Amino acid sequence: MQEVQVSALQNLLNSFANKDVYIHLETTNGSYAAHYDEKFFNAGAFIRNAKINYELAKVVSDSPHRVGLKMEHGWVYAQGITHYELDDKGRLLMAGLDYSGKLAIALEISETPFTY
Amino acid sequence: MDLQPQRQILIVYPHPDDEAFSIAGTIAYYTKKMNTPVTYACLTLGEMGRNLGNPPFATRESLPEIRRKELVAAAEAMGIQDLRMLGLRDKTIEFEDDEKMVKLVEDLIEELMPSLIFTFLPGFAVHPDHEATARAVVEAVRRMPKAARPQILGCAFANDTVEKNGEPHILIDVSEMKMDKVNALKAHASQTAWMMQETEKRIDDGELMSDSWLNVEKFYIVDPDQYKK
Repeated sequence: MQEVQVSALQNLLNSFANKDVYIHLETTNGSYAAHYDEKFFNAGAFIRNAKINYELAKVVSDSPHRVGLKMEHGWVYAQGITHYELDDKGRLLMAGLDYSGKLAIALEISETPFTY
Repeated sequence: MDLQPQRQILIVYPHPDDEAFSIAGTIAYYTKKMNTPVTYACLTLGEMGRNLGNPPFATRESLPEIRRKELVAAAEAMGIQDLRMLGLRDKTIEFEDDEKMVKLVEDLIEELMPSLIFTFLPGFAVHPDHEATARAVVEAVRRMPKAARPQILGCAFANDTVEKNGEPHILIDVSEMKMDKVNALKAHASQTAWMMQETEKRIDDGELMSDSWLNVEKFYIVDPDQYKK
């Protein structure tokens, strides 16, 4: 993955618009967050291989970036995106890596289902 | 080291590296000094690991293959002859059907007839996958006739472990096998590289790793009947 280049990522997001695509969306603080800090309220969400179709996608230029997908009946968005790549299977992988290199958020888009 | 001989050992943990932190020295002694057959059933490939580096060395999608290779190398470092990857997904174990998980452990026990099982101590294993794994192991053994049951040794590291359980029942000085443990930890480089660099720096600085977590492995003897549903 490389650091987000807004125009290049915008073009990639556009290339998946108006297609049935599978998404992986994940936010996480890690399963040990409340172990190391008992006052930490640990929350996160994970969805993998939900099938959506979006008509509009936008990556916002503020860094870390926000990425929003507008669907016919709703929205998907991710906040804190720092890196992206189009992998060798043609999937758009976006991630937000914190200052220590730990994944805090992932948003991935693929025309074929992700593995299990 | 003076360990009780075992006919067959079964390890059941959910993540590649759980074994390296918890039991690598003990297992290396059993495999290398006592020729004990050891099977490691690793439930997931740690697919949801957070450490991808910055700049990143992996993606969410490439991490599982990296961790699979690390697991194979770690098993080799510990002398584990029979490594099984059971194909579940990281962070989902507690959401699987509970009976399916018990059956999975029952099948392993039936096939291998282990005299000793290593897993976590239910209630004090911090990560939800650890807890779900330990629950399945304990329940599978609880359903066996008492005379046929393997012993269960559970690792625990919740902050209130000693407060609620007292000191661990078994302390094994694994300093003799320290390099095997270090090598197992190093094999899981995607998870441990930063930590191992620090540790090696301390060795270079002349700080002995005495009484540290590298030298002693601690276990609670788990009585399955305490966890009757």
